[in-house]
Amino acid sequence: MAPHHHDEDELVPTAGIVRPYALTSGRTRSSVDLPVEAIIEQTDSGRERDWNGQSQLGTIVAACASRTSVAEISAAAKLPLGVVRVLLGDLVEQGHVRIAATTLTDASSRDVRQDLIERTLRGLRAI
Amino acid sequence: MDFGPSSPPSGAASTKIVVAGGFGVGKTTLVGAVSEIVPLRTEALVTNESAGVDNLSNTPMKSTTTVAMDFGRITLADDLVLYLFGTPGQKRFWFMWDDIIKGAIGAVIIVDTQRLDEAFAAVDYFEAKQLPFIVAINEFDGAQRFPAEDVREALALPVDTPVIAIDARDRNSAKAALIRVTEYALERVTSQSTSAARY
Repeated sequence: MAPHHHDEDELVPTAGIVRPYALTSGRTRSSVDLPVEAIIEQTDSGRERDWNGQSQLGTIVAACASRTSVAEISAAAKLPLGVVRVLLGDLVEQGHVRIAATTLTDASSRDVRQDLIERTLRGLRAI
Repeated sequence: MDFGPSSPPSGAASTKIVVAGGFGVGKTTLVGAVSEIVPLRTEALVTNESAGVDNLSNTPMKSTTTVAMDFGRITLADDLVLYLFGTPGQKRFWFMWDDIIKGAIGAVIIVDTQRLDEAFAAVDYFEAKQLPFIVAINEFDGAQRFPAEDVREALALPVDTPVIAIDARDRNSAKAALIRVTEYALERVTSQSTSAARY
């Protein structure tokens, strides 16, 4: 069971930390559309590359060793979602990680949407 | 085999349901009750710009404030993972919701009948975005029981919006809320198909 049952401290002051978007050279938008639930995995190139000296990127790529979501990568790297998304977008473009599962988008067809909702419903009823 | 960024392996999918509601109403509790992982926390930055009209100018650390969001995960099948995102309900976080709800199946708005007014913003927002949502009354120990119809009336909900009572701490109860919102989302998609076929 979850040990922390709190909704308090939703606003967390972070004065004193390095300005997070310094890691992205000030960019706040990702070049690749990455919803928070998108599943990311390493590619061979991401796995084999030596990430020494690029600790943040190395942490992010390491977090993708087992398929994991953008939100989980953000939590593992202790970086805000927006920052992680920009960095992940770069890594996708460079071929070091890739998107490993589809998600619904505004462009999803009704059939695709219905299929995914039905699968979710079956899954929820079975757990 | 190499999958490009826009071509994930066929069939594998991830999706999400949003859990909204006022401060301390039980969002993280519900997520924790059904999640297979201890809820994780991620943060989004609130800047003056993104906070919009309801700005944080009366708070001393306005340019370095973050909003925390707790989330959980349920693996529903080998090829399907559901994420649950608990999002703060206050209106000043709407900039964040726009991003979080994109692609969501639907939303569960948790309400405390002592503080029903805290649900107004979320109800308005999901209606405007046409995201299917249900209202889940979290019945804490000793909380005054409110008939669902009274809550529906107080929140001015459409007649077809499901209103259920839950105990956010209870796994089966939390699961029932997720099933109900998913069923409702399916009804909405199916009725769209029917009306599209008719006209």
